[in-house]
Amino acid sequence: MEILVLLSFPLLGGLWLGVTGQRARAPQANLLFSLATLGAAAFLAMRVLREGRVSAWDEQFVVDPFNVFLVGLTAFVGTTTAWFSRPYVRNEVQHGRLSENRLRLYHGMYQAFLFTLLVALTTNNLGLLWVAMEAATLTTVLLVSLYRTPASLEAAWKYFILCGVGIAQALFGTLLLYFAAEKVLGEGGNALLWTHLAQVKGQLEPTIVSLAFVFLLVGYGTKVGLAPLHNWLPDAHAEGPTPISAVLSGLLLNVALYAILRTKVLVDGALHQPFAGHLMMGFGVFSVVVATLFLMRQKDIKRLFAYSSIEHMGLMTFAFGMGGAVANFAGLLHMTMHSLTKSAIFFAVGHASQKSGTQLMEQIRGLIRTSPTIGWGLLLGALAILGMPPFGVFASEFLILTTAMHEQPWATPILLGALGVAFAAILGKVQPMVFGPATGQRLPHPPAILPVFLHLTLVLILGLYLPPALAIWYRQAAALLG
Amino acid sequence: MSHWNPAPFAQQLLDLFASLLLLIAFAMLSQRRILTLIHLFAWQGLILTLSIVDSAWLTHQPHLYYSAGLTLLTKVLILPLLLHRLIRRLDVVWDVETLINIPTTMLVGIGLVIFSFNLALPISHFSSTILRNTLGIALASVLLSFMMMITRRKAVPQVIGFLALENGLFLAATSATYGMPMVVELGVALDVLVGMFIFGIFFFQIRETFDSLDIRHMEKLKEE
Repeated sequence: MEILVLLSFPLLGGLWLGVTGQRARAPQANLLFSLATLGAAAFLAMRVLREGRVSAWDEQFVVDPFNVFLVGLTAFVGTTTAWFSRPYVRNEVQHGRLSENRLRLYHGMYQAFLFTLLVALTTNNLGLLWVAMEAATLTTVLLVSLYRTPASLEAAWKYFILCGVGIAQALFGTLLLYFAAEKVLGEGGNALLWTHLAQVKGQLEPTIVSLAFVFLLVGYGTKVGLAPLHNWLPDAHAEGPTPISAVLSGLLLNVALYAILRTKVLVDGALHQPFAGHLMMGFGVFSVVVATLFLMRQKDIKRLFAYSSIEHMGLMTFAFGMGGAVANFAGLLHMTMHSLTKSAIFFAVGHASQKSGTQLMEQIRGLIRTSPTIGWGLLLGALAILGMPPFGVFASEFLILTTAMHEQPWATPILLGALGVAFAAILGKVQPMVFGPATGQRLPHPPAILPVFLHLTLVLILGLYLPPALAIWYRQAAALLG
Repeated sequence: MSHWNPAPFAQQLLDLFASLLLLIAFAMLSQRRILTLIHLFAWQGLILTLSIVDSAWLTHQPHLYYSAGLTLLTKVLILPLLLHRLIRRLDVVWDVETLINIPTTMLVGIGLVIFSFNLALPISHFSSTILRNTLGIALASVLLSFMMMITRRKAVPQVIGFLALENGLFLAATSATYGMPMVVELGVALDVLVGMFIFGIFFFQIRETFDSLDIRHMEKLKEE
C-alpha cells in the first residue's frame, strides 16, 4: 500500500504539471509533489524498518532494507533539487532562455523522471526494472535538449542513441537470465521476480548466467557511466539545465548501479566464484583512471564535475566488486555521500554560472566577493567531494581504500594516485573561481542557498558521526548484497 | 499408414522465418533509400509476427498469441506508418544515402553472424525448448542492426536500425524462452512507442537547428 502511494505522487505530479507546468506557481507545485513523495518515502522507510520487508501487487513490488535506503535518498535529493530548481528556472525565464511551453515540458518530465526512478527501485520484476530504466532515459532526453542549442541537441541525441543501444544489451541480458530461471522456476511470470530468483540462485545454469551478466553489466554500465561507455555523460550533464545535471549525477547513476548490484547477487549465487566481482573491479578502476585523466583538461565547469561523477561511480563499482560486508557497507555509504555532495555542488554551480552568464571556468571569477554563500558552497562542496576530512566522503573513501589494501592490494596505488590527481585538478580550477577579482552580476531571483548547505551539513554530520540506527540499516543492506 | 506429425514442419518453418529475418537485416545494412528501408522494417516485423504465431502453435502457449498481436500492431502497422508520415513531413521520402564500402560492411556482417552462432552454441545446448536454433540468429540480427546504426550518417536510418535491433531482441525472447511475461512485453512496447515519438520530435528539432538530418553536423562535442 505504502509503495503504491509513494509511486502515485510523482505520477500524478507528472500528469498535473504536464498540463499546467507553465503557470507561475508550477515551480512551487513541483516542490510540493516532491515533498509529498518524500513524506511517503519516510512512511515506507519506517514500515520497512519495523517489518523488514514490504511487498505490493503480487510481489511485483518489493521493498527491503537495500532499496528503501535508495528510495529515501532519491525522494530527498528529488525534493531539494525541486527546491533549487524554483529560483533557477525563474532566472532562466527572465534571461529569456526558456519559454512557457518548455517550462511545462520541464516540470512534467521532472516528476515523470522521479516516477521512473522510484519504479525501477521498488520493482521486484527484473523485466519491469528494465522498462523503468529505459523510461528514465526517455523522460530526461528531452530535458537535456531543453535549450535547443546545437550543442544541447547533439548531447541529447548522443545520450538517446548510446543509452538506447546500451540498454538494449541489458534487455538481452535480462532475457538470458529469464531463460536460465525458467528451467528452475518453470514458465510464467514468477521467473523474473528477484525474490524468487534469489531463492533458487544456486541452481541457475552458470554458463548462461555469466553471459547474461556480461550483457547486463555493459547495458546498465552505460547508464552508470563506466568507462569506456561514458561518452554520453559529460555532454548530457553540461548541456542540459543544471537541476537535471544534479538529478542525473545524484540519482540516475545510482539507480543504474543498483540494477547491476541486484543481478550481481544472483550471479554470485549461481557461479560460486567472484566472476562478476572481477568484472566490476576492472570496469571500476578503469573508470576512475580515465575520468581523472580527463578531469585535468576540462574548461566547462559542469563537464568537470560530470567527469568527477564518473570517477566516483567507478570507485563505488570497484567497492561493490570487491564484495564482503565492509566493502559493500563502504560502497553504500559512498553512494549516499556522493549523491548528497554532487547535487549540492551542482546547485552552487548552477547559480554561479547563471551569475556569470557562462559555464566556462576561466570566465567565472571571484564568487566569494559577489555572493559569499555560493562561493563558500562551491568551495566546501569541492573539498567534500575530494574526500577532505571531516566530510563524509572521506570516511567512505577511507573505508574503500583500507579494504582494498587487504583484499586487492594491486588496486590501491592506482586508486590513490587517481584521487591525488583529481584533487589537484579540481581544487586548482575551483580556487580561482571562488577567489580572485569579481565578474558576476546580480540575479533577478535570489538563489536557493538552503539546499546546498543542507546537503553539505548532512555530509559533514555523517562524516563525524554515523547514528547507530543508520549504521545498522546500512549493515542490513550490505548483508543483502552478500 | 502413419499419422502425419506437423511438429517437425512447424519447426522447419520457424527456422525459415528466423533466417528470413536475418536476411532482411543484411538487406537493411546495404539499403540506401530511406523509403525502402521502412518497407524492409515492416517486412521484418511481419516475419517476426509469423514466427511468434508459429512458436505459439508449437508450444501451446496462448499468451504468445497476444504477443504476436502486439508485434503486428506496433512493428508492422504503427511504427512503419509513423515513420512514413515522418519522412513525408520532413520531405526526405526520396532521400538516398551514399554508403561507402558495402562489400566490407557485408563481410564484417558475416563475421558477426559467425561470432553470434559461436556465442549462442553453448547456451543452445541447455535449451529445453524446441526452438534452440534461433537464438544464434536472434543475436546475429541484434548485432547487425547495431552495425547499421554505427555505419549510418543520417538520423532516420539510425533510428530504423535502433527499431530493428528491438526486433532481434523479440526474436530472442520468443525463441530462447516462451516469451517474456505479458506485463514486461507491454512495458517494452510502450517504451518503444514513446521512444519513437521522441525521435520524431527530435528529427524536427535537429532539422530546424542544422538545416539537415545529417548527424555529421553533430560531432562538435569532443574532448580536445
